[in-house]
Amino acid sequence: MCMSLDERKSNKIKKKRNRFIFRTVILAVMLVAIIYALVSNMDKDNTIYRVGDQAPDFQLEQINHNNEIETIRLSDYEGKGVMLNFWGTWCPPCEAEMPYMQELYPKYKEKGIEIIAVDLNDTRLNVKQFIDKYELTFPVPFDNKGVVSDLYKIGPMPTTYFISPDGEIVEKVEGGLTLEKLEGYFQEILPE
Amino acid sequence: MKNIKCDCGHVNPEGTVLCESCGKPIEGNQHIDGNDNKRLLNMRYDGTARRSQTYNKSIVDKIWSFFSSVKVGVWLIVIALVASAVGTIFPQEQYIPIDAVSRDPAVYYQDAYGILGQIYYQLGFHNLFSSWWFLILIALIGVSLVICSLDRFVPLYKALKKQKPQRHHSFLSRQRLFSETEEVTEEEKQKVINSLKAQRYKINEENGHVLAEKGRFSRWGPYVNHIGLIIILLAALLRSTPLFYTNEYLWVREGEQKVIPGTKSEYFIENKGFILDLYDENDDRFKAALEKQGTMVPSNFQTNAIVYKQSEDVVTGAEAQLEKVTEDEIRMNHPLEFEGYKIYQSGYQLNEVNQMTFTIQEIENEDGEPLAEFTIDVTDPKAEYELDNGFKVEINEFFPDFYLDSTGPKTETQFPRNPTFIFKLYPPNSDESETSFVGDVISAAEALGINTEAVELNPMGEVLGQFATNLDATGENEYKISIQDMDFHRVSGLSIRKDHSLPFFGVGALIFMIGVVQGMYWQHRRVWIRPTEKGLMLAAHTNKNWFGIKKEIENSIENTNIKMVDDQQELDE
Repeated sequence: MCMSLDERKSNKIKKKRNRFIFRTVILAVMLVAIIYALVSNMDKDNTIYRVGDQAPDFQLEQINHNNEIETIRLSDYEGKGVMLNFWGTWCPPCEAEMPYMQELYPKYKEKGIEIIAVDLNDTRLNVKQFIDKYELTFPVPFDNKGVVSDLYKIGPMPTTYFISPDGEIVEKVEGGLTLEKLEGYFQEILPE
Repeated sequence: MKNIKCDCGHVNPEGTVLCESCGKPIEGNQHIDGNDNKRLLNMRYDGTARRSQTYNKSIVDKIWSFFSSVKVGVWLIVIALVASAVGTIFPQEQYIPIDAVSRDPAVYYQDAYGILGQIYYQLGFHNLFSSWWFLILIALIGVSLVICSLDRFVPLYKALKKQKPQRHHSFLSRQRLFSETEEVTEEEKQKVINSLKAQRYKINEENGHVLAEKGRFSRWGPYVNHIGLIIILLAALLRSTPLFYTNEYLWVREGEQKVIPGTKSEYFIENKGFILDLYDENDDRFKAALEKQGTMVPSNFQTNAIVYKQSEDVVTGAEAQLEKVTEDEIRMNHPLEFEGYKIYQSGYQLNEVNQMTFTIQEIENEDGEPLAEFTIDVTDPKAEYELDNGFKVEINEFFPDFYLDSTGPKTETQFPRNPTFIFKLYPPNSDESETSFVGDVISAAEALGINTEAVELNPMGEVLGQFATNLDATGENEYKISIQDMDFHRVSGLSIRKDHSLPFFGVGALIFMIGVVQGMYWQHRRVWIRPTEKGLMLAAHTNKNWFGIKKEIENSIENTNIKMVDDQQELDE
């Protein structure tokens, strides 16, 4: 207790500053932890790719006999707008939207939009008959191991991603599409 | 800020209620602990300055002092409790029953619970426990826990470290246990000290002033406990990241190879075979119970599985070399483990059809030898089959999971649970085809009274084929296609889990428990002796178990002239 007054004063100031730093650091650390918790909670299913994300690449066998491509790789379509549709022959709303897709396909293919309709968990026979029934010409990749549906975490079908020419997911639609809606989304992913 | 110098010469931080050194109540600060008009001193935190109650200058200090308040902490906990309780009034979103009119929460709550349900939904209680505001509430409790603990632990630790044996007489006289004896000999005093020592008190003597203390570490119990709680909160934080926790479900057929969900297409699993063992109905031990149950009861179901890893880094979906990682039997309580993942046997589905064998016969001659036979792999049927004797069969339509509604034949799912075919049969040297509709074995089996969800149909394939639907739409067919045999397989339901956060929960819970034990089973007891002219003052304090400390004091003053301490709190009443 034999400090001089000056010494005591400077000691006090030092203490005060240390306390301020200590409290600021602790509060900052806790704030970061809270923000992290909130973000990771909202992102809980963060393997789901959402609007704004880059669409993850994949490669699958193509089984539409009306289309000459043998293997589809998503990244090959950079520079084009891509409608990435997940469907099955047994799913009524998928069946309902297919004719619209086919109707728009030739016109928009010229404008630089590709339709890729990934079939999930079907038999090749049913896919073939379905394609014949609706005279589909766009590529139909076949995901019989569930690899791409796990990658995109597909829940209800149909699910459709609209991907911009630079590979960004612009829209994700769960459920069937009407002709008007489909055309509207196509406008959003038209290449310049 | 200004420090307060006590009469004893010790300089206390501002906000101190009782001098850290001698315990003398500091004038002007008695309101802080509510000592003003009381006879006894409030000994919470030993009257130290909880700093946050004093400095309030910068925004950081203001936030800090807000969270430092125990009152705030208690309110946060109360709010969280009430909210949690409200969250259990109606089911949470993920527990909306599967057979509900609509599983869309916007529809379900109003539909099932009326206006209250609507309010419940709109206030977000349907998704309470992962809603942002509930998480923030829990996080604020965590913050309050950290700051409250720091703000009390540090000054308390310092004060207990700095405490001197010599205490102000008003400190002693205002303790709950206190007595003053006019005349005491040095011998008697020594006797008390020795007796306290024998009762494992630590004695600290200075100029005739004595402090006997034991169990100080029990005071740290709550703080240790809080560290445990904070670790548990952090573990919950980690668990919300896929790096530490994933939970997925997968259906895989016998013989099928599928990607393991949640592994970023790195791992694949192959179902080598599914085993279902049943309790024997003829065994006397189980007979009565099984009859009561009325259905078969599995004694074991297991999947023999192989896990593969993709050996090269290729784009998802591309063919890659698979390396076998492990092979195991997955059973109840025996998960398959590989590289941090655990695969549990969670369910199964019987009676998916694998293969169907058909025969062709003349309708005129139904009992004769079949003219041709063909087998269809139902999981991958071909468009047409060229047969012996010049027959050709085309599959016109295939319904893997057949049902009939007003618009005609349909398939309910993509799974071959009730495969049904419309065939076009071309007899030898003919361009004209006959149409046959064959299948719907499940309806046939159910018509026979078989519960197809519980009973294995595989041994009955041949028999069931005879009961299958077989339609001749035109009534002009010359040939009949009938089911000769069926081969069923089973689908295994597996859940895939990865949880690296459990050890953190374990450590947190252990530390929590240590803190509880530390604070509960030990007590911090202190006895002060202050000499007066001829006699002495005796005072004591404990944080709990006053009976125990009285007992010890009684023991130590035995055979002396020293007066037993009075319980001044009791006197008050």
